[in-house]
Amino acid sequence: MRQKPKASGSFTNAGSVEQHSNLKYPTRLNFYDRPPIEDITLEEFETCALDRLRVLAEIESSFARNRPWDELKKVTSTQCENHGLKLHASTAYTEDLDGQRRRDHVGHFVLRLAFCRSEELRRRFVKAELTLFRVRYEEDGIVDKDVFHRSSKFDWEEASDEELAQYKSQLAAAAASSSHTHATSSTSHTAEETYYKVRWTRVPDLVEKRKVFLKHGMAFVPRREISSIVLQEFQTRLEKALEMTAKALPRLDEDTRIIPILDNLSQGFLAGVSSEWGNTTSSGDGSEVTADMVDDIARKHYPACMRNLHDCLRRDRHLKHFGRLQYGLFLKVLGLSIDEAILFWRKSFSNIQDDKFNKEYRYNIRHSFGLEGKRANYAAKSCQQILLADQPGTSDNHGCPYRHFAPENLQTALLSMYSSQGLTSADLPEIMHTVKNGHYHVACTRVFEITHSRQVSKGEGIGGGESVTHPNQYVTKSRELEVKAQVKDEDIVMG
Amino acid sequence: MSGNTPSVTPEVMLAFYRRLYPFKSIFSWLNHEHTPTRLFTHREFAFTLPGDVYLRYNSFNNADELKKQVCNLNPTRFEIGPVYSARPKDKKTVRPAAFSPQLRELVFDIDMTDYDPVRTCCSGADICRLCWKFIAAAVHVLDKSIRDQFGYQRLLWVYSGRRGIHLWISDKEAMELTDEQRKALVGWMTVIQGGKEMHKKVNVRQGTKPLPPSIQSSMRFLGEVFTNLTLGTQKCFQKREGWEELLRLLPSGATTSALRTQWDEGPQRTSAEKWNTDLGERYAALGPPEHDIMKAAIEDIILQYTYPRLDAEVSKHRNHLLKAPFCVHPKTGRVCVPVDPSSIDSFDPEKVPKVMDLLDELDMVPPTAAGETGEHHSDWERTSLKPYVDILDKHVLSLMEDVRQRKKQEPNMNW
Repeated sequence: MRQKPKASGSFTNAGSVEQHSNLKYPTRLNFYDRPPIEDITLEEFETCALDRLRVLAEIESSFARNRPWDELKKVTSTQCENHGLKLHASTAYTEDLDGQRRRDHVGHFVLRLAFCRSEELRRRFVKAELTLFRVRYEEDGIVDKDVFHRSSKFDWEEASDEELAQYKSQLAAAAASSSHTHATSSTSHTAEETYYKVRWTRVPDLVEKRKVFLKHGMAFVPRREISSIVLQEFQTRLEKALEMTAKALPRLDEDTRIIPILDNLSQGFLAGVSSEWGNTTSSGDGSEVTADMVDDIARKHYPACMRNLHDCLRRDRHLKHFGRLQYGLFLKVLGLSIDEAILFWRKSFSNIQDDKFNKEYRYNIRHSFGLEGKRANYAAKSCQQILLADQPGTSDNHGCPYRHFAPENLQTALLSMYSSQGLTSADLPEIMHTVKNGHYHVACTRVFEITHSRQVSKGEGIGGGESVTHPNQYVTKSRELEVKAQVKDEDIVMG
Repeated sequence: MSGNTPSVTPEVMLAFYRRLYPFKSIFSWLNHEHTPTRLFTHREFAFTLPGDVYLRYNSFNNADELKKQVCNLNPTRFEIGPVYSARPKDKKTVRPAAFSPQLRELVFDIDMTDYDPVRTCCSGADICRLCWKFIAAAVHVLDKSIRDQFGYQRLLWVYSGRRGIHLWISDKEAMELTDEQRKALVGWMTVIQGGKEMHKKVNVRQGTKPLPPSIQSSMRFLGEVFTNLTLGTQKCFQKREGWEELLRLLPSGATTSALRTQWDEGPQRTSAEKWNTDLGERYAALGPPEHDIMKAAIEDIILQYTYPRLDAEVSKHRNHLLKAPFCVHPKTGRVCVPVDPSSIDSFDPEKVPKVMDLLDELDMVPPTAAGETGEHHSDWERTSLKPYVDILDKHVLSLMEDVRQRKKQEPNMNW
């Protein structure tokens, strides 16, 4: 067999790398094995984390919107640039390399503290961080990559010449059957290729697609597939580290200044931080409603039936069929576009894997928008339909709370939904009286009057004495009143 | 299967559990050691009681406790799940986050029903000696692949009592696999894909490129299986329906239309003649590009008719439950016995001991003094169940030896 150039050949430009060794962070990429140990100001603690959070939130919403990888990469790079998380190659002497890398380092570790606290947060954090890492890894130049490969111990073994000779035909077949390039003569291919041997468990993605040759549990990974080992290693280490952090966190000698920041951070991630804190797109005045706005509208403007569904969705991260139908059509009429609706449900069903979501739910959402099946344009359900059709079963959340809740539960629910908008327990006897007589829409209208008492007086209903007949009518009137109130407030200030 | 099998009564089952079921061996097999470890105490057992009552999240401290509860509940069968991070019986009292599957044998399930499209002798739940050969072929391929490619050695094959076979792999690394890794391994092993409405179910390569080496290595063996079963006993291309299916899998072109005409005119030609002579001779005469395309198509057809058909979902998740070895199949009365893969070809599912026969055997043996006093730990030794328990016990010895070796190497290992 002809002499194979050793792979370490490509690692031998050590001389050109040594000149950077005075950097505190010698590589652009970081496996975050060691936490930052220097003093960090509280402000830096928060800003590093917030900036990183914005980037990660954008990555999450890219997934929810099904962006193709190239587009996701571009969006993520832009986000990194906007939020001061761009990392320059080690060859960029003029940049403050250590400074950038430190910000990256600190931000990552603060977010670890915020996101280690539940299984779900950990899973989402790992997914987003892994994506960020992969984007950066793919941007990385050869020199940076090589230094990085050597700096973190990957514990891979180069396949020996004897092994390559022994398995020559199998390696060639594996390369030929997996590579996408056509017409490469497969024999010369393997002769030049360097192979690294690792346990197959470290490259499950390559195994699943049969992209490697396996012998006695060792996977022969060709050099061009080495990123699989690196990314898998990143994920495994981060998962382990997060679990350890989660166990250690309650015992940390906590400074009372930090927990509120962490709480705020993890909540931001859950609610979809991007449009709240990110660049403010002025979508408030138009009729378009985005997925990120739903939480806010729900809190301020929803009738009890929708508020209940929304809260259940947030609590259970799931709604049963009729609940999805009732709430989904309502959201459509509220102004969510099909893309925003899919985004909203995708994010809300956060316990459900992408596979399952795409298979079982995406179709139904599109169906309700008239994009599938018989393409009917379904109207949102009116109060009458909600009151009379599709009675909720034992584990359902849909229906009309005024009708389908036990009196005690209704009272508790109303107080928890509306007390911030002025409903007090003194109002309850009157409401419960109408409920008892079966005038559910009257009760709902009365709640509207109470919660909008600044603009509406008793008996005016939702405007002009009208009472509630449709949940969308309720929410539209409520939002109109809010805009009017704002205009009025501004007038007063002007005057 | 004989149609007049009397149903297995609860009394029969109770006697079987009390006197014959090898609880000690099952315990050691799950536990890998003599003294109970988490591998046993944190292990989920699920019981199926008559009337579709299903009791999950049971766990036991030792073999005796398990036996006591089994005799108490007298289930029609019971299943074995993963080792959890806490005792499954405490599931309700621990935080949900502190209760997750940790370790689990890597398991496979091969079921004869998945072979319905490629067998002609039986269908559905039925199985005969002819189609059992498909299972035997699957065992050969899977056993060899797992050992050679993944390097696992502690494989236990268990007849499922009716129409399939289970594989339990107990190597340390196999026990520790995450769901993601299990899914990857199943992906590596899965060759037949696509539903009823999909004709071509083998898509493991691009165009006419060579097969992946892992599949290529089984081709010679599968070629023999194809000749003996598909062309021989199953006569898959005998009837119009069968040869039409074959034609659909061949690349469209002159060869295929010539074959269609020939078979329409001479439908009585045997499957072997159709494949070897009619297709074979035309294939040999083809020029380079068509020859390669036809070669790939022929290989893919052989795979589609013979490659192991796995029930993938069983293997992918650690928390999947699988029926315990030595349970009794309620319909057939057959015991789910371990099978030695090297003699799988001579294994006959109809000869597997039935629970009633075993109890009869016991009654024939004169009772010994010890045998009459309550516990019957080794009554199976006096029945035809013995060779099967011996297979399990031999397997257990190798597992215990593994643990001994590991402890010697790293005195402080804990798992």
